[in-house]
Amino acid sequence: MSLLSNILIDGVVYGMVLFIISVGLSVTMGLMRFINLSHGAFAMAGGYVAALLIREQGFGFGAGVALALMFTMALAVVLETFVFRHLYKKSELQQVLFTIGFTFACIATANLFAGAYIQTLPLPEWMQGSVALGARTLPKQRVVVVATGGFVVLLLWLLVARTRFGIWLRASVDNAGMSSSLGINIRLVQCATFATGAGLAALGGVLGAELMPLEPFYPLKYLVLMLVVVAVGGLGSISGTLCAALLLGIIDTASRYVASGFGNLFFYAAMVLLLSVRPHGILRR
Amino acid sequence: MQAISVLPRMTSAPERFPWHVYVIGLGLIFGLYWLFPGNMLIMTRIAIMAILVMSLDLLTGYAGLATLGHAALYGVGAYAAALCAKFLTGDPLVGLVVAAGVGALLALISGAFLVRYQGLTFLMLTIAVVEIMHNLANKMQHITGGDDGLSGFTIDPLFGTFEFDIFGVTAYWYSAIALFLCYMVLRRIMNSPFGLCCEGIRENRDRMNANGTRIYPQLLKLYVLSGAFAGIAGGLSAQITQVVGLDSMGFTLSAEALVMLVLGGTGNLIGAILGTALFTGIHHFAATTNPFHWLFVIGGLLMLVVFLPQGFVQKAVNRLGRRVVTSTAGVAA
Repeated sequence: MSLLSNILIDGVVYGMVLFIISVGLSVTMGLMRFINLSHGAFAMAGGYVAALLIREQGFGFGAGVALALMFTMALAVVLETFVFRHLYKKSELQQVLFTIGFTFACIATANLFAGAYIQTLPLPEWMQGSVALGARTLPKQRVVVVATGGFVVLLLWLLVARTRFGIWLRASVDNAGMSSSLGINIRLVQCATFATGAGLAALGGVLGAELMPLEPFYPLKYLVLMLVVVAVGGLGSISGTLCAALLLGIIDTASRYVASGFGNLFFYAAMVLLLSVRPHGILRR
Repeated sequence: MQAISVLPRMTSAPERFPWHVYVIGLGLIFGLYWLFPGNMLIMTRIAIMAILVMSLDLLTGYAGLATLGHAALYGVGAYAAALCAKFLTGDPLVGLVVAAGVGALLALISGAFLVRYQGLTFLMLTIAVVEIMHNLANKMQHITGGDDGLSGFTIDPLFGTFEFDIFGVTAYWYSAIALFLCYMVLRRIMNSPFGLCCEGIRENRDRMNANGTRIYPQLLKLYVLSGAFAGIAGGLSAQITQVVGLDSMGFTLSAEALVMLVLGGTGNLIGAILGTALFTGIHHFAATTNPFHWLFVIGGLLMLVVFLPQGFVQKAVNRLGRRVVTSTAGVAA
């Protein structure tokens, strides 16, 4: 029983981090048909900037993270406007190559500025220690991760389902050409979506720093993980990404607890199974 | 000059014996041997990787199936050759046949499932295959040696006479001639109607289907062929380095092979070889100074390739090739 609850709790925490990092990638892939393999670089950028601000510049945790998110989003806007926009019309292979090349350059840059070691992110006092929840105690940091994850899900749902921007976004995902001719400013939708996705990735990078250590090879190391979540969830589907992230997070955690010798074999086996049954996404027929 | 038109491969008459390719290829092997006597190891490495990249080119270049799991086929070939040398026979040629067979077998098993899918789904499934094989190899330590790698096997002299020496001279000749033979075989196959059919599938699946081509068996055949050659590359690497590490079945190797292929140009076997030589050469010189500088170089190159006019290297090669063909045709006439 305790094993099961351990698996569930750790799995949900891991799944939430996976969701926050991957959802932006899923939406950009669905909206712009743009395979952005450098998405992890934004997560790394967020984590690095937050770590530098909090550790070296003495910012508070909240302020440091907020500044890091804003920095990452601004970076994403600039890059989208001047570089990535020109890739939307290129072939898939070309997008893959450019963004992989960009990722390599980011790895080298991170190493150049911050060195090849792991960046630690000091936790504030209110996130240290543990909290009692019924019969169990949980590290506060995990509670924060799950709460933030739930909050992000709620916010995204409100944004997509209840706002004018959400309508534009859904219309553009379904048919970009038609929405554009109906007067939706598609460039604005694309740019804002890209920036939001990058900001969420940065948030995931900060929140997941304990599970996925921040180091120069971060964007390459966790790239496959993000791609798996996006592919299983279905391109452009936020709820699908959430389901896929939670499911895969729990499966991976369970396999680590029960059959640790096999590495992430079961994670990939689960992905093969899910993809072969639902090649267009877990929630789509 | 009618033959070199906008449709270069549509030769209705059977191709004449390609003697000029033999002359150029063997000449290059001799020439490189005399020019760079101190660089046997890196040239051997290039030859082995070039076979792998050519086999990847069959899928990605000819049939348009971008895969990031090709190292699974290379890796099982390597393990098969090593295990064959350890338990059966040390004869290198038998080892290569076993490696090719095992590579083809894994390609048949995984391909029967994989080639039903396309695009991103196919790409992700190939990653899953390589990761699953990697984890299995790690888990089955009693057979594969796990993290420590598989070693402790010896390879008999080639043809019973040529010992594998410490300077890598035999290894160079062995791998270079293997590369040449693989190139000739693949060139012949991909110029056949089967090769044209694969290109047709890349260009327009629906249309090929409407033409009466059964796409699934054709792609599976191509996948098995590609697996056999990837297995040969793996086998060569195992026999020459006499150790098989877990990284020979890794995602990184697959990605590197794809990068090499793209640098040289897809859908073109010569491009695959040139791309490998370019990548390995740059890697050799850039990585010796600082591994992170190497990432700047390769990242910049990749971004550049996308914004260069399409098939930049390929066009240059074609132009050069055309000039050679014209001049040799002129001499023959």
